[in-house]
Amino acid sequence: MRITCPICGERDRREFYYSGHALALDRPTEDAGSEAWDDYVHNRDNPCGETRDLWYHEMGCGAWVVVTRNTATHEVIATKLAEEASS
Amino acid sequence: MRFSGLRVIKEGLTGNKGWSAHWRDASPKDAYDVVIIGGGGHGLSTAYYLAKEHGITNVAVLEKGYLGGGNVGRNTTIVRANYFLPGNSEFYSHSLKLWEGLEEDLNYNVMHSQRGQIVLFHSDGQRDAAIRRGNAMRNQGDDAELLSVAQLRRMVPYLDYDQARFPIYGGLLQRRAGTARHDAVAWGYARGASDRGVDLIQNCEVTGIDVENGKVTGVQTSRGTIRTKKVAMITAGRSSQTAAMAGMRLPIESHVLQAFVTEGLKPCIDHVISFGMGHFYISQSDKGGLVFGGDLDMYASYAARGNLPLVEHVMEAGMTLMPMIGQAKVLRSWGGIMDMSPDGSPIIDKTHIDGLYLNCGWCYGGFKAVPGSGHCMAHLVATGTPHKAAARLRLDRFKTGFGLMDEEGTGAQHNLH
Ligand SMILES: Cc1cc2nc3c(=O)[nH]c(=O)nc-3n(C[C@H](O)[C@H](O)[C@H](O)COP(=O)(O)OP(=O)(O)OC[C@H]3O[C@@H](n4cnc5c(N)ncnc54)[C@H](O)[C@@H]3O)c2cc1C
Ligand SMILES: [Zn+2]
Repeated sequence: MRITCPICGERDRREFYYSGHALALDRPTEDAGSEAWDDYVHNRDNPCGETRDLWYHEMGCGAWVVVTRNTATHEVIATKLAEEASS
Repeated sequence: MRFSGLRVIKEGLTGNKGWSAHWRDASPKDAYDVVIIGGGGHGLSTAYYLAKEHGITNVAVLEKGYLGGGNVGRNTTIVRANYFLPGNSEFYSHSLKLWEGLEEDLNYNVMHSQRGQIVLFHSDGQRDAAIRRGNAMRNQGDDAELLSVAQLRRMVPYLDYDQARFPIYGGLLQRRAGTARHDAVAWGYARGASDRGVDLIQNCEVTGIDVENGKVTGVQTSRGTIRTKKVAMITAGRSSQTAAMAGMRLPIESHVLQAFVTEGLKPCIDHVISFGMGHFYISQSDKGGLVFGGDLDMYASYAARGNLPLVEHVMEAGMTLMPMIGQAKVLRSWGGIMDMSPDGSPIIDKTHIDGLYLNCGWCYGGFKAVPGSGHCMAHLVATGTPHKAAARLRLDRFKTGFGLMDEEGTGAQHNLH
């Protein structure tokens, strides 16, 4: 699997650190309550098919990248800097 | 059809013509007392214990593919009870005890082989952790022995002891740990359940779960509607999709785990050996193949095959630990889909929907759990209360934070377990 970092270009998957589904961008407010926080920290849609996850370009520029990819075929469909991606 | 020594000899002398099918390939009826979704190890053992321990035999196991075609037939077959935290420790201890009586109970040769598992350690800190774990294992009533380097050198001389990077400081041995023939475990439970009246229905995919007024009323399948008041979701890597049919989101992310097997060799590795510095575990099958594996591919995946970076990683770890295996040719590799929970521990629980039960989160350790999981799940479904060995495997532990079982201490990220 190869991932295109929006800054560095297409790179080996091993340059990146995987950090789970991109819903990490939807951080609840501090007082959102335990339901919301449980959901945010633990629960996942976990689709078989298209998904968005967060990868950190650890061995490159250090950017956080939102990767749209297919979990059944491993095809990478699109990548975007996390700071530009609305959740 | 029962097995016995005499029968094996008789069949051997008469061309093996007298063996019959091990279970009935049933067609769905309109209604059952209990419907189990998923014909893997856990679904089949649940059906077996429902019938055997609780006399509930009007049960269907619905499997979208063929029985045993999922992870129960794809794992590296390691069976052990070396868990540390309350919750896991009593559960896996319970499961190992069931393993020890399994062949007799099922009248089925599952080739359960208690050849011993050695978990190596490579630093003072790891040694301390191993001592602590060993004490916990003994406290839970299981066996554990600390091995010095000198003892290890005698037992397993072929490891690379003196390397500069990961010198071996010793190992923790559990003699009662070992392996079992994974397919046979599924087949044995299937036969035992079928003989007691359970319908095992293959090529039957569940596509919907019917809920009315907060109660389960049935399931929709590729072979029609089935009415029932109790549904057990036991679908391992597919847990999220199954639960979504009932409107639930789970603390589960699915990941691929690969395994490898070499050509058949003469016996050379007598134990199960786990490398403490990289994720690598190896044993030799009774056919002679070296069976080994390592880490997850590390990102959510439903492809029952892996990617090359992890193949390389596993091979490197193996070569670091035991350079002698470098001569062996790898024959096959494959992947299975793991239901990774955020604390790396399983869930056996009721849901908020009346009559809907959940069994998932086995991560990559669920094969050893097959007897314990089915036994405890059957208890829960039959009586409505958790079995005492599984009393802490609850879904709400994530919400409350109470009773989390993060064995590795790696935190709430699914791929890290
Ligand atoms: C490579 C690898 C190595 C492993 N090594 C070990 C090990 O050494 N020791 C250990 O303890 N564990 C190990 N595991 C983990 C262990 O195999 C699993 O945790 C365990 O097998 C999962 O439970 P199961 O057997 O019931 O799952 P499965 O066999 O996967 O059963 C689930 C079944 O549900 C069916 N299903 C899914 N959705 C539906 C639907 N909608 N309708 C009908 N049926 C459905 C599937 O087809 C499948 O047959 C390993 C796993 C892998 C992949
Ligand atoms: Zn970059």
